[in-house]
Formats: sequence, C-alpha cells, structure tokens
Amino acid sequence: MAEIWTGLWQAFNLIINLDAELLEIVFLSLQVSGAAVLIAAVLGIPAGAYLGMRQPQRVRWLEKVIYTLMGLPPVVAGLLIYLLLSSRGPLGPLDLLFSAPAMIIAQTVLALPIITGLTLVAVREKNKEIRDTAVTLGASPPMVTATVIREARRSIMGAVVAGFGRVIAEVGAVMMVGGNIKGHTRVMTTAIVLETRKGNFELAVGLGLILLGIAFIINSLLYRIQGEVGQH
Amino acid sequence: MKQYDGKTVLKIDNLAFAAGKIYGLIGPSGAGKSTLLRILNLLEPPTGGKIYFKGIAVEGKAKHLLNLRRKMTMVFQHPVLFDTSVYENVMYGLKVRGVSQREAKRLVEQALEDVGLAEFAQRNACSLSGGEAQRIALARAMVLKPEVLLLDEPTSNLDPANVAVVERSTRRLNEKHGTTVIMVTHNIFQAQRMAEEVLFFYRGRLVEKGPTQQVFHNPEDERTRAFIKGEMVY
Repeated sequence: MAEIWTGLWQAFNLIINLDAELLEIVFLSLQVSGAAVLIAAVLGIPAGAYLGMRQPQRVRWLEKVIYTLMGLPPVVAGLLIYLLLSSRGPLGPLDLLFSAPAMIIAQTVLALPIITGLTLVAVREKNKEIRDTAVTLGASPPMVTATVIREARRSIMGAVVAGFGRVIAEVGAVMMVGGNIKGHTRVMTTAIVLETRKGNFELAVGLGLILLGIAFIINSLLYRIQGEVGQH
Repeated sequence: MKQYDGKTVLKIDNLAFAAGKIYGLIGPSGAGKSTLLRILNLLEPPTGGKIYFKGIAVEGKAKHLLNLRRKMTMVFQHPVLFDTSVYENVMYGLKVRGVSQREAKRLVEQALEDVGLAEFAQRNACSLSGGEAQRIALARAMVLKPEVLLLDEPTSNLDPANVAVVERSTRRLNEKHGTTVIMVTHNIFQAQRMAEEVLFFYRGRLVEKGPTQQVFHNPEDERTRAFIKGEMVY
C-alpha cells in the first residue's frame, strides 16, 4: 500500500514541477495516440457508415472479421507491424521501425476496427429507424444517407472515444514497434512497464495515475463535444 | 400483389382512389393494410401488378420515382423524429425539396400553429411526449401540402385530446388543399368520423369498398358485418 501513497505524492510532485522528462513522455503519448485515432476515424467512419447502410446479409463476413479484429491483442498488432517494418520486411526501406510513426501505424491498426465496427452498428441501427421516414418526406438516396449519418453522430463520437481509450492504454504494440527508447519512443505505458521492472514503483504508480487522469480529461472533453454535437 | 418470401400478403385485382377524398382502411391485423400503404407511398414495389398515379405508371428511373414520391407522404403509427429541434424536423421535407429559407420558415410556423405547438419550435424533438411527437410528425407531413397523405394508424397510441387535434388538422388539410387522405385505422369510430369511403380488408384481400354509411349500416359481405360488430374472431 505504501507504494501507492508515495506514488501519489511523487505524481503530485512531478506534475507540480512540470518535470521535463515526464512532459515529454506525456506529449508523445498524446501525439501518437491522437494521430492514430485521427487516422482511424478518417478511414473508419466512412467505411463503417458505408457498411452500415448496406444490407446486413451482404456484409456478414466482413462484419465478422471486423468484430474479431476489435479484440486483436496489441502484441499481435505490434508483431504484424514489426514484421512489415523490420529491415527484411516489405516496408523495411522506409526505416520506420522504433520511431513514433511506427507506433502511430500500430495504434491505427488497433483503433480502426473499433471505430469502423461501432460506426457500422450505430449507422445500421439509425438506418432501420429513420430510413422510411426520410424517404416518405421526399429525401433522395444521398440525402437519406446524410440524414442517417447525422442521426448517428453521438454514437459515432462514442466510437472515437472508445478507439482512443483502447490505444492510449495499450502497451504491447508500442513496446514492440517503438522500443521504449528514452526521449524518442517512450510513452506512458511503456515507461510504467520499465519503471516497474526497475523496482521504481513510486514513479510507475505516479505515471499510472497521470495516465488515468489524462484519459479522464480527454474523455470528458470528447463527451462534452458529443453533447454539443447532439444539441444541434 | 405483394409477396414476402413467397407468401402472398396482399392481392388486389383492381383498386382506385379518387382525388380529394378521405378513405378509411379497416380490417384485422395482418390484412395487408399497412403493406398497401407502403406500396402506395412507393416505399416498396409490388411483387406483381402495376401502380398508376394520376394516370402515370409508377416505374422506371429513380428520378421519376422521387418526383412522384414527393407528391405524397406518410405518417406512421410510431412517429420517428430527427434528433434536432422541432422546427428543423418540420423543415426537413421543405429543405430536401429546395424551398427557399424565407418561404419555408413561414410554412413551418404555419404548420406548427395548425397542430397547436407553435411554442415548441425550439425544443429538441426527442423531449416530446408521444402525442406531441405525433402532432409534430403530422405537421412535418402537412407542411408539404401533399396531394396524397397516407396515415398508418396515426392515433392508436394517443389520448383523446391529441386524437382530436390530429383528426381536425387532417380534415383541414383535405378541405383546404384537396389532399387525398388514405388512413389505416383500428378504430371503427374514427373511420366513421373521418372517412367518406371505407375499405375493408381481410387476409390480404379487399372484401368491400363503399361509402362509409353504407359499409357500416348495410354491409354487403358477411365478414365485414362481423368485423364491424366486433364478432370476428381472428
């Protein structure tokens, strides 16, 4: 128990003093996960919306694949990207392994199925509910699609929040393709692993608490946006 | 004719609705009334047979069908309102038709006035009660001044006060704009109050069609008589 209290105290100190190394780790985490979620949203929302508007029977197999990938273990995603980016892999010449872009790619792979899958479900649900109404009011097919997506906006926002929650908290993928290099690819989760291994429980707990706090703030912000989106 | 998975749910040899009249469609559940409305609203094509609207065959290009569909609209038993303000909901059909902002604003305000919910304009549509929601759904349909208004049991979940508003507004639309109203109802009294002609459906077939008083007081078919008297077992 003592570690937790000292951890709390240490976290408090690190934050108050704006510890340079800590800030760097936190910013890199946010940059990597933020970029990954952004890319996954840009790809996944249209893909999910498209699949959600189609007949369920027609996309059944693809849907099963997406749902399976929603549970893809981060280390497996990390391994896959590692093999692609390693010097003998097909993308080896890009020399991206053990860099921030490599971590972004790996986290995009993790967030994409979640955002796509949850958008699909949300859009399909709304499509069932409001398609007939929009059609009887005279909407053309593209207008119906636009209306369905607009009606699903809260759930789509929820999909993005879920995607962010997944990648900001994962450690397996960023560890494998990033390598936890100090000042270069060290993010909060990999730092926690390292500090725990070194027996630095206080720092590890402190980082853990900061991670929780950041996740809380980001989620609160996103939910606020979601609420505002819902108002209009 | 309409079939689902090879099962015939509606089979009508020939049926015509005259413009400007109010029709009541009655019959037990599963008689095909709602299916007929969906076909009339061009939501679903019939499996066999043809539809004519003002002498024009309903078939062919999507653009043509969209133009025909925009002359009619439907109000469902369970109203679905969009997750936005009441005002934007009523505006929807005008917006998709490209009606100018100013003209649309005037029409929306008028329509909300008609259903007695003018002060609800800025409320979120999801915060309304069932009766209010149905009145908004009706306003959203009436604002389009459709040539045909299809109503699928529009008042079956409403209290008497809301039923009165819906009936009054519908009748007014019919009188002012000559809108043909085709209304499915489970309420025989509503059919008597509203309809000039009544159609009785049973097991996917049109059994009887005639002036309301005649069908109710002097039905030709034994099944119609039994249904009206509440003696039909189904």
